[in-house]
Amino acid sequence: MKLLIILVLVLAIIAIVQLTKVNQLTRTLRQSREEEITNADNKMNAWLMMVWMIVFFISTIVLYIRYGNYLPPPASEHGVDVDKLMSFNIWFITGAFFLINGALFWVSFKYYYRKDRKAWFQVHDNRLEMLWTLIPGAFMAVVIIYGLITWNKMTGPAGENSMRIELYSKQFNWLVRYPGEDKVFGTANVNMISAMNQLGIITEDGMNTMLGEIDGKIAQYTDSINTNRAQLPELRIEAMENQIYKWQRQKQRLLDLGEREEQGLSAWVAGKDDIITLELHLPVNREIEFIFTSQDVIHSAYMPHFRAQMNTVPGVPTRFKMTPTITTAEMRETLKDPSFDYILLCNKVCGAKHFNMQTKIIVHTAADYDNWINQQKTYVATEASPAETPGSTPADSTLSAQPIASLQAAPGH
Amino acid sequence: MADSEHTHDTHPASHGDDHGHSHDHGHHHHEESWISKYIFSQDHKMISKQFLVTAIIMGVIAVTLSVLFRLQLGWSGQSFGITNFLLGDRWAKDGIINADAYLAMVTIHGTIMVFFVLTGGLSGTFANLLIPLQCGARDMASGFLNMLSYYAFFISSVIMVSSLFVENGAASGGWTIYPPLSALPDAIPGSGMGMTLWLVSMVFFIASALLAGLNYIVTIINLRTKGMKMMRLPLSIWALFLTAILGVLSFPVLVSCAVLLLMDRSFGTAFYLSDIYIANEALDVTGGSPLLFQHLFWFLGHPEVYIVLLPALGIASEVIATNARKPIFGYKAMVGSILAIALLSFIVWGHHMYVTGMNPFLGSVFVFTTLLIAIPSAVKGFNYITTLYKGNIRFTPAMMFCIGLVSTFVTGGLTGIILADSALDVNVHDTYFVVAHFHIVMGMSAIFGMLAGVYHWYPKMYGRMMNTKLGYAHFWVTFVCAFGVFFPMHFVGMAGSPRRYYAYSEFPFLQWVEDLQPIISIFAIVGALAQLLFLFNFFYSIWYGQVAPQNPWGSNTLEWTTPVKMGHGNWDGPIPEVHRWAYDYSNPEHEEDFVPQNVPLKPGEHGH
Repeated sequence: MKLLIILVLVLAIIAIVQLTKVNQLTRTLRQSREEEITNADNKMNAWLMMVWMIVFFISTIVLYIRYGNYLPPPASEHGVDVDKLMSFNIWFITGAFFLINGALFWVSFKYYYRKDRKAWFQVHDNRLEMLWTLIPGAFMAVVIIYGLITWNKMTGPAGENSMRIELYSKQFNWLVRYPGEDKVFGTANVNMISAMNQLGIITEDGMNTMLGEIDGKIAQYTDSINTNRAQLPELRIEAMENQIYKWQRQKQRLLDLGEREEQGLSAWVAGKDDIITLELHLPVNREIEFIFTSQDVIHSAYMPHFRAQMNTVPGVPTRFKMTPTITTAEMRETLKDPSFDYILLCNKVCGAKHFNMQTKIIVHTAADYDNWINQQKTYVATEASPAETPGSTPADSTLSAQPIASLQAAPGH
Repeated sequence: MADSEHTHDTHPASHGDDHGHSHDHGHHHHEESWISKYIFSQDHKMISKQFLVTAIIMGVIAVTLSVLFRLQLGWSGQSFGITNFLLGDRWAKDGIINADAYLAMVTIHGTIMVFFVLTGGLSGTFANLLIPLQCGARDMASGFLNMLSYYAFFISSVIMVSSLFVENGAASGGWTIYPPLSALPDAIPGSGMGMTLWLVSMVFFIASALLAGLNYIVTIINLRTKGMKMMRLPLSIWALFLTAILGVLSFPVLVSCAVLLLMDRSFGTAFYLSDIYIANEALDVTGGSPLLFQHLFWFLGHPEVYIVLLPALGIASEVIATNARKPIFGYKAMVGSILAIALLSFIVWGHHMYVTGMNPFLGSVFVFTTLLIAIPSAVKGFNYITTLYKGNIRFTPAMMFCIGLVSTFVTGGLTGIILADSALDVNVHDTYFVVAHFHIVMGMSAIFGMLAGVYHWYPKMYGRMMNTKLGYAHFWVTFVCAFGVFFPMHFVGMAGSPRRYYAYSEFPFLQWVEDLQPIISIFAIVGALAQLLFLFNFFYSIWYGQVAPQNPWGSNTLEWTTPVKMGHGNWDGPIPEVHRWAYDYSNPEHEEDFVPQNVPLKPGEHGH
């Protein structure tokens, strides 16, 4: 097979070489020059321009018909506006596409070279130029104003009664945090992250445990260095000392947190009733304000069915608000697809498993949502029984989020 | 250097002076040794060819990479012997490319195409060739700097290609190398040695771009021949002039951007790093902002788009006017739109960042400035079409590529209107819609401009003609395949398929557009193979092409007044004087359908 392909390629190259030689020979015989484009060539290319235009336009129309219905109806309030704006823009650019390309290929065809004709010596035409500065200008004004009205509506401040949910990204899965009954997220910090505390939520107990662990590790290393100094290679000792220094700095950063916390320990209490899940459950018709955080690199929370997207940036919390309007169950009915699910995907390259960093979004009716959230264990409760903590073992973080069906109720019930 | 007296000659105290004492110029060139002629040449024409051939080699590598990852995207999970043959067991075991190799290939494809082919290759080739020839100068202002610029480019190319062979793979975070992904080797294997080499290569590249850019600017301002007023310059020179200015103003920002990243990676700083937990521990440094990188990167990155595009548009203006046998329509408007595009390109970078959490109000400012660019761009598009209107069009291969360029420029420009609209960008950001948009408007237009330039000025570069019939075949297959590859991608993207995904198998809602992927891949493979026609035509014609006449296309610009076999110094006699603009095609006051710029005005003739 490989031999055959190579053979075909070699033959093709030889054929081209021979054809070129033949072509050149006939040129020499006929005394024709490469730069003198014959009437036949001009005519052929002019007609090919026409043929291409027709093929191009027809395939465009076929693509529009077959794939133009790009996504199911928007499942969020602002999504409806976005889709209206999108159709307006698409109509406009499609019209311009056909008009301008049509004009281009038509003039290329119409005015191909004839020996007996001289081109029109037309240098400029201020009226025409004014026309095609003003017309695009006017169109752009409409596009800009219409676009910015929609944009401002989308990005305005969230309402008083909106519900806050944190979307937390890390290589390569999503975690969702609900603030719990007190409606306040507990403070979190990367220095608090451990296998059991993936978001690094600060609680007083957690802080004490963490400080204790660090002290323990430092003591262990110091001990090991002191007793084995003679046997250990110098490089190893240096590495261990560096590690100790790192832990000391981490400890200092944790202690600083305590001092900076103006409201005392109350913020450390807020985290106790936070709820962490692997899938995103939302109530319908309620405004949600998402807060996005990332643990390692930049990810992007992309929810195409809701026309929503926002990057998650380590160190820089970001926000996006939206109101889901169609429950998963309703959407399944509309699409006549009982297996349909809304999806949250990662849309900023984040590593080898970027292409499968996804989680399900389930939109419930208000009652179903209340039902669901009441069944969820709080952060402190799950911490007490670590086996049930979502994605708690290090191995989990390398798997996709999908197969871990831990605490969640069945979707769309 | 053997030809130092030549470079001396190219520093005239005034134009008039130069005409006087450069009479015996052409007689020196036979003294050049092989090395000073082909390797360490300071002749702008040779440097131009060096850029072109280097860019062609880089282009072959980048296109091969794209074919390999298109195999994966078109037929995900299927085994292809060729991938294993080219990449080996580590990256393509059993003929299936793995995810790390896929990301590395996407990254290096983008990097090579944007920087090495379309910036270094396009500007390097045509600025070097055309600026002295069309302005009427014996060489660049500094032949030595010009040589250094090529050598920096060459070193940078070598480093970039060698990064493909390091143990953990080449840089893999996408050509935009956003930190923290690119800063943390623990986050992705490609962010190890591969990323370091990427950054070092880029520093050399920028040095090359700056040396070249300064030289271009100085040459255009100072070394124009007598009578070559700024408003008599061909549009190709105007485009290259503004390109050089954009480069000089924006590339230094990329250096700072890259150096800060290098510091974060190697010296424990945290310009771009904050609150990170990776490889089971909290990062020791904190307090930076990943968004700082994006601002710095796109402050170069967006002007870069026009650094790529403007020379192609300049070439198109030249080729279209020549082959339509008609003056370029609205010369002043064309110059004005180049100026407007160049100016605006500095204040639109934020449109790459609508969904980064940037203040939405700032976002609306960028919506406004970005959509403004549509106006000068539209003017250019319409002026090209009007230039063709009632022309007398000769379909040379260069002309075909320029008509293709106008089509891709318009088609890709229109989808930009969607992406510039922040509210709409939210749902198509980083999807295949973006891939489709920039490949058509920037990639294809610039490549078509570059190919048009090669076909058009080949007689000037090598003194021979390329084969026209092969040129037609090359154009039609490339043109059809370009749209075949990138047009369907709009629909893949609108349906919600993110870019830089290794496979889409895990997403049931995207499956219905997946049947477009094999079609796209087939077009990509055929399109890539069609480039063999060009490569063959290019190298074959260097030795066996028809010997070129002095002015094969009946063109007005000064380069066609030089002899076919030029020495270092370009004109055997004095440099011609310019008496008219470059676009007197089919002027009714003249018998011929072209009047070269060095022909004096007839008594009573009104110049333009």
